Amino acid sequence: MTKLLSHENIINCMKERIPSAGYSFENDILIIEPDKLLSLCKLLKTAPGIELDYLSCVTAVDYPEYFELVYLFYSTEHNHKLTLKVRCPDKTRPSAPSLTPLYKGADFQEREIWDLFGIRFENHPKLKRIFLWESFPGHPLRKDFVNGR
Amino acid sequence: MDINIEPVYPEIDAHEAGVIDELKNASAHPIPEPAEWLDEEIKRNVLVTTVDNLLNWGRRNSLWTETSFTACCTFEFISTSSSRFDIARFGMEVLRSSPRHADLMITAGTLTWKMAPQIKRVYDQMAEPKWVIAMGSCGISGGIFADSYSVVPGYNRILPIDVYIPGCPPRPEALLAGIEKLKQKIAKKTLLKK
Repeated sequence: MTKLLSHENIINCMKERIPSAGYSFENDILIIEPDKLLSLCKLLKTAPGIELDYLSCVTAVDYPEYFELVYLFYSTEHNHKLTLKVRCPDKTRPSAPSLTPLYKGADFQEREIWDLFGIRFENHPKLKRIFLWESFPGHPLRKDFVNGR
Repeated sequence: MDINIEPVYPEIDAHEAGVIDELKNASAHPIPEPAEWLDEEIKRNVLVTTVDNLLNWGRRNSLWTETSFTACCTFEFISTSSSRFDIARFGMEVLRSSPRHADLMITAGTLTWKMAPQIKRVYDQMAEPKWVIAMGSCGISGGIFADSYSVVPGYNRILPIDVYIPGCPPRPEALLAGIEKLKQKIAKKTLLKK
């Protein structure tokens, strides 16, 4: 069975390579600052003993105070997994770094989040709507979206 | 921080958005059901009964269906067309991939606004005479998605519908009953109207 990646592994890894990263654990979930996301994922993808080489799912949640991005990582090498969350406190113009240069599978999922939540992904190669058409007003999975049909 | 997002094919995106907006604005109200077959006035005075009977007999006994199935009602249509319910009994087993060969469109499934221009285009490419059956709740009114931001509330916003078959999804028997109703309707058509 797939095991959770142990906290010590991640903490040791980050101490060595990116000591300035602000992070915390909530119920086995790693929460990290948006600006440290890309460097951390590069590290987690290649660090020996961790090697999270498979990004299974990217999704988002609209909370009253912030938007939260949820990333599910797996390692096909070691059969363990990690849930990573990133919080975007800017509700009017939320943005986060894109993981598409690192994981190709993030491409369509990030476009879906841009389409339905309106979270911009920096350095995404082709960030445009994927389900709805270009002139669609607003982002429908936001809690403040009003259906103007 | 400000990110500059350059669309890769901006003119294609803008064109697509324009087509959908135009169709959406033009579809604020349902299209009424075609009713020329109800008009008996001319039929009583001009006698083309034998020709009509022959034509309508041929038309209603070899309805060829266009395969434009958008969602889950399709599976009821698949079981209708396979051996247990056997739509071949009604001369309908030929499913056409080209709309130019077809004279019946069965709208099996939810339609989104993004898909609507394509469905409208397929309908426009079908040769006259042509008929449309709205199958299932979504085909009739949008079903449980009627209030959604992306779903067309009923195919009758963009196409004239001849027969409505309720159900979510309708049983194959219901679909066959609906096709029988359409045949009764075709039998009443006259050459003198379109």
